[in-house]
Amino acid sequence: MLRITDLTKRYGTGELVLKGLTLEIGGAGLTAIIGSSGAGKSTLLRCINRLVEPTSGSIVVDGVDVTGLRGRRLRHARRSIGMIFQGFNLIDRLSVMENVLSGRLGYVGFAQALTRRYPQADIDRAFTLLERVGLQDFVNTRADTLSGGQRQRVGVVRALMQDPKILLADEPTASLDPKTSQQIMSLTRELSEELSLPVLVNIHNVHQAKEFADRVVGLRYGTIIFDGAGSDLDDAALDRIYEGTAGRGDEHGDETVGADARGGTVASP
Amino acid sequence: MSAAPPKRTWRKPPAIANPVLRYGLLGLTFGYLYWAVASLPFDWNRIVQGFPRAVRIFGNAIPPEFARSQLMITGFTESIQMAIIATLIGVALSVPVAVMAARTISPTPVYLLGRAIIILARSFHPVIVAIIFVKAVGFGALAGILTLIVYSLGFVGKLLAEAIEEVDYGQIEAIRASGAGYFKVLVYAVFPQILPRQVGLSIYQLDSNLRASAVVGVVGAGGIGGTLMNAFRRFDYDFALAILMVLIAIILVSEGISGRIRRGLT
Repeated sequence: MLRITDLTKRYGTGELVLKGLTLEIGGAGLTAIIGSSGAGKSTLLRCINRLVEPTSGSIVVDGVDVTGLRGRRLRHARRSIGMIFQGFNLIDRLSVMENVLSGRLGYVGFAQALTRRYPQADIDRAFTLLERVGLQDFVNTRADTLSGGQRQRVGVVRALMQDPKILLADEPTASLDPKTSQQIMSLTRELSEELSLPVLVNIHNVHQAKEFADRVVGLRYGTIIFDGAGSDLDDAALDRIYEGTAGRGDEHGDETVGADARGGTVASP
Repeated sequence: MSAAPPKRTWRKPPAIANPVLRYGLLGLTFGYLYWAVASLPFDWNRIVQGFPRAVRIFGNAIPPEFARSQLMITGFTESIQMAIIATLIGVALSVPVAVMAARTISPTPVYLLGRAIIILARSFHPVIVAIIFVKAVGFGALAGILTLIVYSLGFVGKLLAEAIEEVDYGQIEAIRASGAGYFKVLVYAVFPQILPRQVGLSIYQLDSNLRASAVVGVVGAGGIGGTLMNAFRRFDYDFALAILMVLIAIILVSEGISGRIRRGLT
């Protein structure tokens, strides 16, 4: 379904964020990607639908190598890759239905999109999915009046409207309270099973990764250093994934203290 | 117990830390002011003579003369028509120009072209643009409308381009991720975000065009400004005062209405 080979990414002239990463996702099931901030989780996900341009390597989604695609062929490839975002990224000023139908933008013509005249099949599917996530009473509500959990459910429905072959979720619960976060994870898990859809989730919460994922991938400084079942993720593995990140924080703290001290000497005369 | 802590004082640090720079700038400012006042030709005699003349003129203007209301109505109607037409066309043109001039969503050559159009439209005061158009298309409302279109395009285009550059990029990312192309991204992710700004700016611009339409009339570009200029030329100060009073009333009313509408937008 998804095969990533020797993927590297460098922003500008900086360090490599992804260092020759190779990963294969087979059929349905939820794969969690864990790792500290800056490990490259978001970059990895965004390379798959080319919101971020990979530096080298290949990414094959459903038999198509998406690296190097341009224009119409890139847009067609993106249709089969749904994405859920940390900040929901709904169009605040549009209604729930318009947000949901925007998942079909890769399929409809420009005039249809402009006038909101979507095919009946799309509208039927939108209603079915909205009912599935319990938002059937909010069809014409403006997206920015919903609660965080409701917004993310709209985000999930929008991604599923694309009829994706794979679903990417970039920290889908990081902006939610613990209870709602749990609900969104179970919903994602259920929908993944119902639609037999492979799901790739970036996640900060290790407990949720263990609870909901069939497979956990640990990323550290752009390299995969753990790949296995959630039950294999013991303290030793977690130490390796998150090791050193606390130390870096301490160094940063020392620098700040130093800067303060210098500031003091300048001000005193 | 330990002794009382030492008494410490605190003063707000000066805005410019370097004392040489601080007092130097202060000295320069006052030095320039002294030089400017001393070197400009302030002729006290002319100022003293001017006051009685001003009093005489304003004396003639009172009471204002509203008898030639037909002339006034014709002038104001033309001004308002000019303002409305110019706002509609100018705002419509400003949208594509603003999209071009937004660095975040346009490729560099297009961005530079968009910026160039805006800079050109904004570099001259409407009165100067009006003089050019009066030379080009002759006296009358057409020159005024063209002037106000340029004025609206420059102002709304610039502020709208800034609004586009400030939109939430996440929404653009989400629409792009669905496989939408450039124009669908504009319609779904960009325009909804700038819509309140767009409506607010358009109403403000209508207001502003109403004011400017009176000014450009002075140089022959139609509207109430022409009537006002004629009144001054014929020393009909009472009629001129009547026109000015109506103008102020119209501007106050339009400002009130536009302010209220813009407050209601979210």
